[in-house]
Amino acid sequence: MNQVPSILRILPEVILTITGVIIMLIEASIPPHASRRYLGWLAAIGTVCALYASIWQFSLPEGTGFFGTVETSAFTIFFHILICAIVLVALLLSLDTLPEVSHHQGEFYALIVFGAVGMCLLTGAVELLLVFIALEISSISTYILAGFRKQTGRGPEAALKYFLLGSFATAFLLYGIALIFGATGTTQIYQIAHLAATATNHSFVLAAMAMMLVGILFKVSAAPFHVWTPDVYEGAPSPVVALMSTGPKAAAFAFLLRIVYEMFPSLHSVWAPLLWVIAVVSMTLGNLAALRQQNVKRMLAYSSIAHAGYLLAAFAGIGAIGIAAASFYAAAYAAMNVGIFAVVTLVSGYNEDRPMIDDYRGLIYRSPVLGSVLIFFLIALTGIPFTGGFFGKFYAFTAATQSGAVILALIGLLNSGVAAGYYLRFAVVSAQRPESGSDEIAPSRPQVGIAVGAALAFAVLATLWLGIYPNEVLRVAQSSGHTLQAPAMQMPAAPTATAATAAGDSAAPAQ
Amino acid sequence: METINQSILTWILLVPIMGAVLVALLPDRVKLPNWIALVTSLATFGLTLHLPAHFLYGQPGFQFELNIPWITDPAIHYHVGIDGLSMWLVVLTGILAPIGVLASWNPIQQRRKIYYSLFLVQQTAMVGVFISLDLMLYYAFWELSLVPMAILIAMYGRKEGHKAAVRFFLFTFIPSAPLLVGILWLYARTGTFQFNELQILIAHGSLPAGALWWCALAFLVAFAVKVPVFPLHGWLAPAYGEAPVALAMIIAGKLGLYSLLRFHVELFPVASRDLAPVMIVAAVIGILYGALLALVQQDFWRLIAFAALSHFSMIVLGIYGLNDTGWSGSVYQILNVSIVEAAIFVLLGAIENRFVTSRIADYGGLAAKQPRLVSFFVITSLAMVGLPLLNGFIGEFLILSSTFTEVSHGWAVAATFGVILSAAYMLWLVQRLFYGQPSALAAKTPSRDLRFHELAAVTPLAVLMLVMGVAPMLWMRAITATHPPPQNPPVAASAPDASLHPSFVAVTSPTEGKR
Repeated sequence: MNQVPSILRILPEVILTITGVIIMLIEASIPPHASRRYLGWLAAIGTVCALYASIWQFSLPEGTGFFGTVETSAFTIFFHILICAIVLVALLLSLDTLPEVSHHQGEFYALIVFGAVGMCLLTGAVELLLVFIALEISSISTYILAGFRKQTGRGPEAALKYFLLGSFATAFLLYGIALIFGATGTTQIYQIAHLAATATNHSFVLAAMAMMLVGILFKVSAAPFHVWTPDVYEGAPSPVVALMSTGPKAAAFAFLLRIVYEMFPSLHSVWAPLLWVIAVVSMTLGNLAALRQQNVKRMLAYSSIAHAGYLLAAFAGIGAIGIAAASFYAAAYAAMNVGIFAVVTLVSGYNEDRPMIDDYRGLIYRSPVLGSVLIFFLIALTGIPFTGGFFGKFYAFTAATQSGAVILALIGLLNSGVAAGYYLRFAVVSAQRPESGSDEIAPSRPQVGIAVGAALAFAVLATLWLGIYPNEVLRVAQSSGHTLQAPAMQMPAAPTATAATAAGDSAAPAQ
Repeated sequence: METINQSILTWILLVPIMGAVLVALLPDRVKLPNWIALVTSLATFGLTLHLPAHFLYGQPGFQFELNIPWITDPAIHYHVGIDGLSMWLVVLTGILAPIGVLASWNPIQQRRKIYYSLFLVQQTAMVGVFISLDLMLYYAFWELSLVPMAILIAMYGRKEGHKAAVRFFLFTFIPSAPLLVGILWLYARTGTFQFNELQILIAHGSLPAGALWWCALAFLVAFAVKVPVFPLHGWLAPAYGEAPVALAMIIAGKLGLYSLLRFHVELFPVASRDLAPVMIVAAVIGILYGALLALVQQDFWRLIAFAALSHFSMIVLGIYGLNDTGWSGSVYQILNVSIVEAAIFVLLGAIENRFVTSRIADYGGLAAKQPRLVSFFVITSLAMVGLPLLNGFIGEFLILSSTFTEVSHGWAVAATFGVILSAAYMLWLVQRLFYGQPSALAAKTPSRDLRFHELAAVTPLAVLMLVMGVAPMLWMRAITATHPPPQNPPVAASAPDASLHPSFVAVTSPTEGKR
């Protein structure tokens, strides 16, 4: 159907894989106590190359490769760029904060890069088995990374919890794939989209969609599938949390967009109310729980649940509007959240001696730059204008309002008022004068190295850019929305509806 | 000249931001941040004076307009412009900024870089609120104005700054959620955020009345909290008690009152007429409640807070009388109250700076040692009370007389009691602070009279009080001429006067404007 060699369709993934393999090889061949820091730089360079390759893919004609299993379109490229940028920041962050003498540094970087391969592939795959493989690649590396601090009690606990619950969720997804294969006889997403609308066994399709939604909503930590989030975030090393709270989540959201908008547009009347409820529950529950947290990472974990809820509000938007809003929110959220976890990593240290909110008291006096950056990201997460957080929420709730879900927008915005409570408390604590006489804070003046400085600057600039001049990113997000919609548009809208009702009618007598 | 007129508002927005960046970048030595902030705010004030100098008086509609697309989808424009209502508020913001810097000269000794850069950002946000004619742009500045304020209260509060900051932020941030939903709903229905276009569409009844009423209510609540109007004033006293002097004088009042005028009464004429009785009742209660509570306060910041509640409520009463006289009186009174409050804050700040307490009972007999301080304080108090020939009189007179003739005798009489009470609490405060036997504190604390920078801050304000009291027409001609009577929106539908400026025609009559 086109002349583009299939390999170019997965060029970023190929570059990342090669980088990871090279790192593993070097890691194995250097003496145990030699510095492995340059491997991190190598990984960062590989990621930059993958980023460039993703941008270069804009010049490719849109289409699929490898027998219709991988797609390149504005949608996939948008998420490829996003994921590569997140991974790059996470790598830069790890470079300065991982302990200097560790045998496992090489593996750490390689795992991050391999995880990136999985995430990128997940956004590009249009074949459910490939989706499953991609999800597993990304998940398994995240499971290992989550337990990287073996010496502490919390690390392995977090990894085990994440692994057990995560595998369970993946099993749901796999079961859903099996069911949809049973119902339609294919695992290719476009074909499913055609066949699902006319499938004779409607309940099969519904069950399959439900299973797949469970599996993927777990990954984005939406309520009620969120219970793992606080424990895992608390136990995992902060640079890893910076990655896993944004990268795999962005990829999972990309796939969720595919499921609902591309695979099951005919079931809009089923999944739209479902996601409405899940959005409301996620944001409310996440925000209320975050209000009571004293531990910074647990608070941010609950806040990420709430943000998943805001993002799901964008799914109330119709078609391309909703997709564009959700994609934009994913980008804005990633910029803010990576940034705030970078600050958390610097302040609390790799071993996390200072995990509580009270430990940040007077941060702005100890380190004006870090304190200001922290307050900036908290303001952005609150959703104040001129930051990415504002336009993220703005587009999400505009999408909801335009499709008539005014109540959802109202609940969401009131929720962001609640969220302002804990973000502001944190900001105010860090702006408070430290109590004189307490020495325990005095020694810690966090050092900001070049790599971390670059990561922070990148996150700050991205957040500001998305807040002041979002036109460019929004344009890409919108065109990605249109490309994702395109296959569904191949079917005229009216026949879809009639086919769905026809399927429902034929299913009824069968029962 | 045309290019200057187009870009002047943008410069007024940008200069403080540039000053803020400069303060943040340069080192904190030899009071450098203070001087940069002072020079920047004076320069901004100079720029704002361009507006009244080149304002076309008697011409309705917006002037100094600039409208360029900012974000393509949704269509948010960078659309700024002023009319007689907002022009003086911009100038007011301009003059209060250098006075705020001077008032902070002594009290703020630590972390001056953060203080002055946030102070300047705050100024930009406030000017932005006054000049934005695009609802999203307006909302952006509205939200932005909360942030520096909350941080500064948290960092420089007297005792419990963080609590007051959180309270202030949540009180004003949460109601802005329905406001944003309202704005988004308007956009979803009309496809525009432009104030003038929305005004036309709403006046023409092209939106469903029921939903529009809810939308107007959402706007009203957000603004009423910011003013604050009677039952929503819970944040005011803590914020006045904790905020640094320079911020306390701008934290309440004019942003909310302006928003009520522009984005409630002008934007939703029908709904605001429906809601007016409620607002009038709330205003009258606020006038009396604030004045009575001011009488019994032990702390002078809290006294001023409740006095402010009373005065803001008076303005709300004038606004929701929905008649020309009340309108003009309200707009003028916003300026008066802001200036008088600023002077009170500077003077009380100077007192607190010398004696370190704000408990009224600790004071007494300051007049002997502080002749200049006491004379300024008495002038300001009299202006606040509404003595003729000082500025407070004219606004209050216009509001009360219009209430008496156009709204109801009863409410006017009730509101007048507030004026009497204000004389009681202010003069009693003067007596307790300055006269009688010198208290132990006043006797043992060696203290100087007003110093140079304090005089520099308060003298212009005192001069303004006199001039605005004697020659109100200097200000009134811009205020009264530009506004179509808010009371009868159907004017919009009637045939416009051919002699009017085209932009006014466009605003008031869409059918004519579209041709």
